[in-house]
Amino acid sequence: MSVEKTQRPAQPLTFLVPALAIMLVFFLVPSIYNLVYAFTDWSSFKSSINFVGTRNFANVLQNGVLLGDLKVNVIYAVLVAIFQNLFGLGLALLLERDTRINRFARTMIFVPVLMSALAVGYIFQALLKPVGPVNALLSFVTGQDIGYAWLNDPDRTLLWLTLIHSWKWMGLAMLIYLAGLKTISADVLEAARIDGVNRWQAFLHVKVPYLAPAVTFNVATALLGSMNSFDIAQATTGGGPGQTTEILNIFIYRTFGQGLFAQATTMSLVLVLVISLMAFPTIILLRRRERVL
Amino acid sequence: MRTGRSLIQPVAVLLLVAVVIGIPLWLVVVTSAKSQGDALDPSLALPTDGWHFAQNYARAFTEGRVIRAFLGSVSIVVPAAVLVLLFGSMASWVLARRTGAWLAAVYAVAISGIVIPPAVITLVLLLRQLRLAGTLSGMVLVYVGIYLSTAIFFITGFIRTIPHEVEEAARVDGAGPVRTFFTIILPLLRPVLATATILICLYIWNDVFFAFFVIGGRMDTLPLNLFQVASAGVYLNNWNLIFAYVVQMSLPLLVLFAVAQRRIISGITGGAVK
Repeated sequence: MSVEKTQRPAQPLTFLVPALAIMLVFFLVPSIYNLVYAFTDWSSFKSSINFVGTRNFANVLQNGVLLGDLKVNVIYAVLVAIFQNLFGLGLALLLERDTRINRFARTMIFVPVLMSALAVGYIFQALLKPVGPVNALLSFVTGQDIGYAWLNDPDRTLLWLTLIHSWKWMGLAMLIYLAGLKTISADVLEAARIDGVNRWQAFLHVKVPYLAPAVTFNVATALLGSMNSFDIAQATTGGGPGQTTEILNIFIYRTFGQGLFAQATTMSLVLVLVISLMAFPTIILLRRRERVL
Repeated sequence: MRTGRSLIQPVAVLLLVAVVIGIPLWLVVVTSAKSQGDALDPSLALPTDGWHFAQNYARAFTEGRVIRAFLGSVSIVVPAAVLVLLFGSMASWVLARRTGAWLAAVYAVAISGIVIPPAVITLVLLLRQLRLAGTLSGMVLVYVGIYLSTAIFFITGFIRTIPHEVEEAARVDGAGPVRTFFTIILPLLRPVLATATILICLYIWNDVFFAFFVIGGRMDTLPLNLFQVASAGVYLNNWNLIFAYVVQMSLPLLVLFAVAQRRIISGITGGAVK
């Protein structure tokens, strides 16, 4: 280290130590363990743990669970990112003006954000029962007797779950978009109006570029939330029907309960790899696009 | 046309809120007032069997151990949030200001937790080896490990928008790094720290997945006890008790939000769109 004061780095590397130490022990080491145990026959049924090569990978590939769950995870994450942002942006544009009614609406829409996702899951389980309130309302509106099993449809239940997830978080996305809209100066909008730009063009060419940081934040939090989601699916379907809504954490919870530790680690390892391959470029792309603007 | 338009928006907004938010919340409140038989098939109708507010809430309160669960949740959230923000800010300061390929790699690893879910099963194994399984400190450290990535991602981005000159001045005046950090940097981070605090507290307060693996059966938290109330076979269809518990567990955050709404909203958005 140099004696001269100005030569000494202003930010000592020791400031990194507490954060990196905790992440190393409680995040990286388990991930490395994960990498190792995926090649063993670790389970709750026997005390010894032996290496079994790539047998676990062959198994999950063969029985189709891997590809099924992988598909479910990717669809879940992508749909949540899309819906959460669409709802959030739509609400922000609808409630942009500072009227009393709009402020009331924003507060109400933020309430689900504060609630536990598990509670939200139970609420929708009750709402979406075949003889539940939603079908009752739909029957009333359409005049037909509707008994659709929302949470027991192999083709669409996953879609409904992503909508529930987005319902829970849309209030947060809305707030972020509202804050983004506030960063647009009135002069810019006024200039656009004088230039004879219509509403849609103004939105596309004036507002959207200013919303880039809000989009990054919302996509990042939506990805984070959907990758780690458990509560909503657990409380509504438990992964069913026929594993069509079995996101990663549901699988882990289920196989852990069955004592099949090695299988659970194998699955999470593969999914984590695939998910990171998808998600990292997304975040980097969003950040870079922001810098260009 | 003008007046027509100015009426359409408020009416549409109120209708939307009534359907999208009002119906689910009404279901919770009205069901929590019904008798067990009345609540078997959840509906939006008023109780046909008399109002059972007091009875249901008292039962959910004792069977869900609301007080212990609340204290458990608080004792986890507070230290976890403080450590995430403190350690996250310290690391972000270095990662935002200093350059080099080595530090860029450290930054990439540090934020990888945003997209990479923690390996929860081997995490439990590790906690057992460290004798931290089922303990408060184990749970706190697990959450810190999970959410440091998010904190570092947002705080580093924020620090990069702060001009260097402020801290340069302090350094020229002879302030050491510790003093510069705590007296100059940390106060400047207020907007982004507010955002991160609220987000991280929301995530941890409502988490049930990691809590289930790390402290399930050993400690009470509000969501864990909801899981327990709802999963117990006896309660399979006890929607009245489930929703009575949901109301009670949601109240602390709803009250806090009602009291500090403006500060919370500006807090969330302050550091998010920079």
